[in-house]
Amino acid sequence: MKRTLPMILTFLVGMIVILSEFIPHFPFSKINSTLESWYLIISGFAMLLGLISLVRVNSSKVASKEENWQYYLAGLISLFTMVIFGLLWGMQETAGLLGHGESIQNWLGKKPFDYLFDNAYLHLSATMFSLLAFFIASAAYRAFIIRSFESNLLMISAIIVILGRTSFGTMLTSWLPQRLYFLQMSYMTDFIMKYPNTAAQRAIMISAALGIFGSSLRIIIGIERSYLGSDK
Amino acid sequence: MSSKANLVERRIIFGLLFIVVTMPLIFPIGWKTEVSPHVQMAYDLVENSPQGSIAIISFDYDPSTATELQPMAYAMIEHAFSKNQKIIAVALWPQGAQMADEAFGQILAKFPDKSYGTDYVNLGYKTGGMVTIQAMGRDIKSVFPADVKGTSIQDIAMLKTFNNLKNAAYIVSLSAGDPGIKQWIMAGHDMFGVSVTGGTTAVSAPGFLPYINQQNQLYGLLGGLKAAAEYEALINVIGSATVKMDAQSVAHILIIILVVIGNIKAYKIRRKKALAAQGD
Repeated sequence: MKRTLPMILTFLVGMIVILSEFIPHFPFSKINSTLESWYLIISGFAMLLGLISLVRVNSSKVASKEENWQYYLAGLISLFTMVIFGLLWGMQETAGLLGHGESIQNWLGKKPFDYLFDNAYLHLSATMFSLLAFFIASAAYRAFIIRSFESNLLMISAIIVILGRTSFGTMLTSWLPQRLYFLQMSYMTDFIMKYPNTAAQRAIMISAALGIFGSSLRIIIGIERSYLGSDK
Repeated sequence: MSSKANLVERRIIFGLLFIVVTMPLIFPIGWKTEVSPHVQMAYDLVENSPQGSIAIISFDYDPSTATELQPMAYAMIEHAFSKNQKIIAVALWPQGAQMADEAFGQILAKFPDKSYGTDYVNLGYKTGGMVTIQAMGRDIKSVFPADVKGTSIQDIAMLKTFNNLKNAAYIVSLSAGDPGIKQWIMAGHDMFGVSVTGGTTAVSAPGFLPYINQQNQLYGLLGGLKAAAEYEALINVIGSATVKMDAQSVAHILIIILVVIGNIKAYKIRRKKALAAQGD
């Protein structure tokens, strides 16, 4: 029963959603919109579940003093600081449990949550993403080596696109006469992106879509049961 | 090569990159940007939408990608406001609501006559991705009963006659991943027939190009900082993207130089090995 009931529910819900796409009338339309509302509510709870999981995983690592436990502790402190500030004084124009915290706002210039978001989270987050540039530069130096015809082709295309995606690249070939437009960096970049890239992307997307379609059908009709957990 | 030499090389590369990114930000070069067709398409969509129409801008990103996507938000909001269009901001990413507020705050300095609730509104974040968009397509008020300030949607002047996505002139999704542009295309355009355009990071842009097709599933695309700079050029603004483009251009040139040096080095090592093998 533990496995049969979820399978029956999955089949019914899956079939109703599929049918409602073909028959968008009562009762399917009504059931579908109800299912949408349920999905939105469940998604909200999924965030709560994620939060609980985050606290459990990190706190157990801190408790057992695993390697680099200080970072997990810093993560937990940051999490609770933001949650507590948000709960007490709210964020932006939403009030918290203690109202808007005018005296703190006078001192900080903003609510504590907004202050930390604008002055800490925003910059730390952007910094983490920016670090990628350093690794990309280092990786390009080490890994972008011509070894075969294919790697040669890849490198030429990459250099054209890298240059074409800069103001310098377009300026580099802008002096070329109109009849040689196909040699202009912007044209070559657009050509690579529009034809070979789009063709390959389309092939990947169609294959992925067919794969998703197949695995969804397998789940709906009960062939694929891994989402139910192990048999034990 | 020894690991110590590798470490030194890496440090030199990191140091060089830091310098070449920093210098143009301090001393701008001012290289001109040519407008690409996809950016022109996105611009035309906003330009040709009627005055007084309502557009949806979805802030589907967080601060990590703000460097590339926030200038797009500034430029597109400014363009829409200059055409007297109204904007509904929504977010499929939790921090999107704050990014929207920041963007409006920045642009309102240029449009002091625009007021909240009449010319723009921020409905905030909603979980659920594509299902949320589908539900918005049927009844936006059921998905967003109130805005970020807690004001009931019934009390917001510009939303009195706005019932679902079909009432939108166009949708802009500024997206750093899932959920984002793809979901807006599948639900917003394919299910409800609303024109969708968007902006994404340069690294994600190639994946969305197949959607720019004869069915106009995606009406133009802003891919990365360069596209944001192109949009700024179209609306005659020297914004943050234009300023940052010099730094990005120089960084790209450095990467190309590094690739060339790396290849020369690899060729020399291969040749040395081949000569050694011949000697044996």
